[in-house]
Amino acid sequence: MAYEVNGKSFDSDEEGYLVDLASWNEELANLIAKDEEIEMTEEHWEVVNFLRDYYNEYQIAPAVRVLIKAVKKKLGADKGSNKYMYELFPYGPAKQACKIAGLPKPTGCV
Amino acid sequence: MSDEIEFNTAGVTKKFMYVNRKAPYGTIYALEVLEAVLISAAFEQHACIVFVDDGVYQIKKGQDTDAVNMKNFSKTYGIIAMEKEDADEDDDIDMVWRIIVEQESMEARGLRADDFVIDVEVIPSDKLAVIMSEQEIVISG
Repeated sequence: MAYEVNGKSFDSDEEGYLVDLASWNEELANLIAKDEEIEMTEEHWEVVNFLRDYYNEYQIAPAVRVLIKAVKKKLGADKGSNKYMYELFPYGPAKQACKIAGLPKPTGCV
Repeated sequence: MSDEIEFNTAGVTKKFMYVNRKAPYGTIYALEVLEAVLISAAFEQHACIVFVDDGVYQIKKGQDTDAVNMKNFSKTYGIIAMEKEDADEDDDIDMVWRIIVEQESMEARGLRADDFVIDVEVIPSDKLAVIMSEQEIVISG
């Protein structure tokens, strides 16, 4: 499988996760989000950017509770909840937000 | 739908020990143990992570994995350092972290306590055996 953006092709695995982390860009993120039926808002970008920064530093996606704690810090207590995260990403922050952020599919239960 | 979904992680807490014996790359053992540690940490289990034999190389500073086309997961130990700090400072988190390097293995490889990406306790083999006997679950990789 592959995504097409401006005539450029980006390989993905059979579930739609980007193969080459470094080839990610915002237009590609918008396209992946569209496939996931998600309209990217500022809040979505906050989560996606946090995931990318965290992955760059630690080489792994954060556990959901770490993500929620970080969002709480950045966006306020009312948004630092599991419920809010699922409002943004109905099929789960791990599955959908990581995909849009161009990260590999998270392993285990994180 | 209820207003708020909360993770309920209160419950049984056990003493887990993870024994890392192998070099970080070339086999999957080191990465799999790390995954297991992170998962048990999500359930606030006590975690005593031990590095012996070539396992001490797993947390050595300055790893460059480009040539072997593997991800440098020594960086992931930064998460454990962070979690340990949280658990040590926050009285509400009933969780004990210990990161131990076996002294003999470290010295045999010409390494010192400040060669690692995370703060460690350096403990000789005989004392480590005592700590091991106090654990409820020992997982080795």
